[in-house]
Amino acid sequence: MDLSFTPEEEAFRAEVRAFVASAMPPHLAEKAAVDGHFGMDEMMEWHRILYAKGWVAPHWPKELGGPGWSVAQRFIFTEELESAGAPILSPFGLAMVGPLLIQFGTKAQKERYLPKILSGEEVWCQGYSEPGSGSDLASLRTEARDEGDHFVVNGQKTWTTYAQYADWIFCLVRTNPSVKQQAGISFLLIDMKTEGVTVKPMLTSGHTPAFCDTFFDNVRVPKENVVGKVDQGWTMAKALLGHERTLIAAVGQSARAIQRVKHIAQATRCGDATLLDDPLFRAKVARLEIQLEAHRMANLRALAGAQLGHAPGPESSILKLRGSEILQQAYELAMDAMGQNALSWFNEPDVVPPDEHWVPSVFNYNRATTIYGGSNEIQKNIIAKLILGLPQVGKD
Amino acid sequence: MDLSLTDDQKMIKETAASFVKKDSPVARARELRDSALGWDAAVYRQMGELGWLGLPLPEAAGGFGGTMVDAAILLEEFGKTLVPEPYLASVVLGGRALVHGATAAQQAELLGPMIEGERVISLAWAERGSRYDPEAIEARAERRGEGWAITGEKVWALGAHAADDLIVSARADAGISLFHVAKGARGLTVQTVKTMDGGRAGRVRLEGAEARLLGEPGAAGAALSRVLDDAAAAACAEGVGVATAVLWMTVEYLKTRKQFGVPIGVFQALQHRAVDMFVATELLKGTSILANARAGSDDVVERQRAVSAAKAQLSSGGFYVVAQGTQLHGGIGVTDEHDISLYFKRMRVLMALFGDEEHHVARYAALPSFTAGL
Ligand SMILES: Cc1cc2nc3c(=O)[nH]c(=O)nc-3n(C[C@H](O)[C@H](O)[C@H](O)COP(=O)(O)OP(=O)(O)OC[C@H]3O[C@@H](n4cnc5c(N)ncnc54)[C@H](O)[C@@H]3O)c2cc1C
Repeated sequence: MDLSFTPEEEAFRAEVRAFVASAMPPHLAEKAAVDGHFGMDEMMEWHRILYAKGWVAPHWPKELGGPGWSVAQRFIFTEELESAGAPILSPFGLAMVGPLLIQFGTKAQKERYLPKILSGEEVWCQGYSEPGSGSDLASLRTEARDEGDHFVVNGQKTWTTYAQYADWIFCLVRTNPSVKQQAGISFLLIDMKTEGVTVKPMLTSGHTPAFCDTFFDNVRVPKENVVGKVDQGWTMAKALLGHERTLIAAVGQSARAIQRVKHIAQATRCGDATLLDDPLFRAKVARLEIQLEAHRMANLRALAGAQLGHAPGPESSILKLRGSEILQQAYELAMDAMGQNALSWFNEPDVVPPDEHWVPSVFNYNRATTIYGGSNEIQKNIIAKLILGLPQVGKD
Repeated sequence: MDLSLTDDQKMIKETAASFVKKDSPVARARELRDSALGWDAAVYRQMGELGWLGLPLPEAAGGFGGTMVDAAILLEEFGKTLVPEPYLASVVLGGRALVHGATAAQQAELLGPMIEGERVISLAWAERGSRYDPEAIEARAERRGEGWAITGEKVWALGAHAADDLIVSARADAGISLFHVAKGARGLTVQTVKTMDGGRAGRVRLEGAEARLLGEPGAAGAALSRVLDDAAAAACAEGVGVATAVLWMTVEYLKTRKQFGVPIGVFQALQHRAVDMFVATELLKGTSILANARAGSDDVVERQRAVSAAKAQLSSGGFYVVAQGTQLHGGIGVTDEHDISLYFKRMRVLMALFGDEEHHVARYAALPSFTAGL
């Protein structure tokens, strides 16, 4: 066993770090320096920079535009980007529908969609959740009626992140209402410009316009937009959720957030010294950092499994659980470090130091990390059922 | 021992409960967070007419001679619907600062109109470098003619943007002292600063601002310590109201929100969470009663022990309630549109005011009572 990265891997880390430092435009770097909220245009700007470098899709096969990296390289890459505070790219195309198309799409679908996902020419969003179907996703009711050569879609999706900027949405829709719930769902790609699609943005509790209600009123969708077979969307979607959960591990993001806490604490006077010198506060930060270290190892172990060719299994639920909680707690500590500055809310620049400006908003929004991507309660249900094999109510 | 409310207190509680229910739904707080003032001046005056603004203030100054326990009864109700009027700012911080630090004549002069709801008083004690220590300040006061001139900067002075009277702490030759700076005084600028919960604070700049000494020079340390204990206890009382509202809102949601064909409250994982929220709320109630009852105590150790215990409990238990309440609401809990996100913010603001968990745990552990009997 060897826990250290090889000299080649360390050299790769240095290369990534140097690239990020030189390639990030000043206005993005400025925001990164204070962990500001990146808008969609800024995320796409960074997307195009990584695309130009050939690094935008680390986990895609080389022949489809991936860089051909090892699992360790991908880990290092993600950690470096997150630690630098670079904009986190929209995952819906690159990390969700892209890999799904790679695995299940037809040749024509791959040719039609993948290049534009890579280049960022087409922006995607995810239409799974509905007002009545969140944790119980399989109960979804948005229906796609078969009209011969096309479907007609009616219904509502909700919490659709960045639907207001999206060109395409991938949806789970009900194509067969008369079979067992899971057996009547299809995976459908819908052009957002189609007549009958309307998007209503909502404010999050962090006061960012991050998600939307998306309505479908007699929307015509060509049959060729079904991925996989009709009525077999559920299994594919589940495979995708595993991917989504490993993404939420957010090791680098949490590392950066803890670093932010230390910076704030160091700049904060407390008695005769700084808050970082305060043993109580210091111990709190140390405890969280230890949690992160443990989480990072869990993530590496999962990746080592992936390197041996195992698909992300129910263990990915552990990564989602801990990753989401640690990130949340890091922002709780940042708020603690700010003291009364934690009262601030999008104030004029000099009311609080620049690196504290966004903390209250992100702190509020981050309550979502334990809710989206399958809530933490649902992750625990998965672990209890699939890993521990515990008996389930109503089943023998 | 008797923990029951007196008849007068019962009446205050009933009137306040009916006020928040009928006249001050959360929608009012939501609407007012975007207004210039942040609250409704007419409602504030109405509070004066009801006698609420004078509750914990001396009779000699026009008040009702009550205690922080009386104020806590009101604040707990206010917390239930996030009543935005500056009770904490004007009555507890402003009013009680005068009680602890000004002469009887000054109290009568300044408290009277506030008690009527005609004026707002704000206490400006915190500075950029002070964190939670009211004595770690740099603002300076110097004699100028008959009066004083203050130079310095104060931050997060609740309600200062609309204050008619500012109570400002500053360092004079004799030590830290309290001063009265009237609205519009020469050398005074107040910048309105929005707070996370939709409230308002002032950033107060004093450039040789015209001021009048309150009480004795150099005696403000003890007064500030006392008023911040009063305010911490008051924050706990309001926090109890916030937690109570979130608890029951969440329980209701667990009963009505359906997933997997059943109300989600069927799931025992969620039942236990709701029970933990309930237990935390009950514990908060207890510590809040203790803190508010002891806030008036002249025994520093007894007072600080109770206040610090309650305020630390607010940061752990109170936060638990609003964080888990949000979690159990799922996606809708993190929208601006749903009221729970407003309660979440208010709780976080209460946590950050008048000493956070860290501060109060440390203070609690440093009291002689902690090592007594060893
Ligand atoms: C910021 C944000 C962005 C999002 N982006 C998208 C997106 O782009 N596309 C998309 O399709 N969706 C998105 N979602 C939706 C997200 O996937 C759902 O919010 C999530 O699945 C929970 O569903 P719900 O909100 O309906 O809550 P519910 O399912 O109603 O859950 C309410 C509470 O009950 C708990 N619960 C439910 N069932 C059980 C059970 N069996 N056992 C124990 N506890 C249970 C939940 O954990 C939760 O605490 C987003 C959500 C958020 C907050």
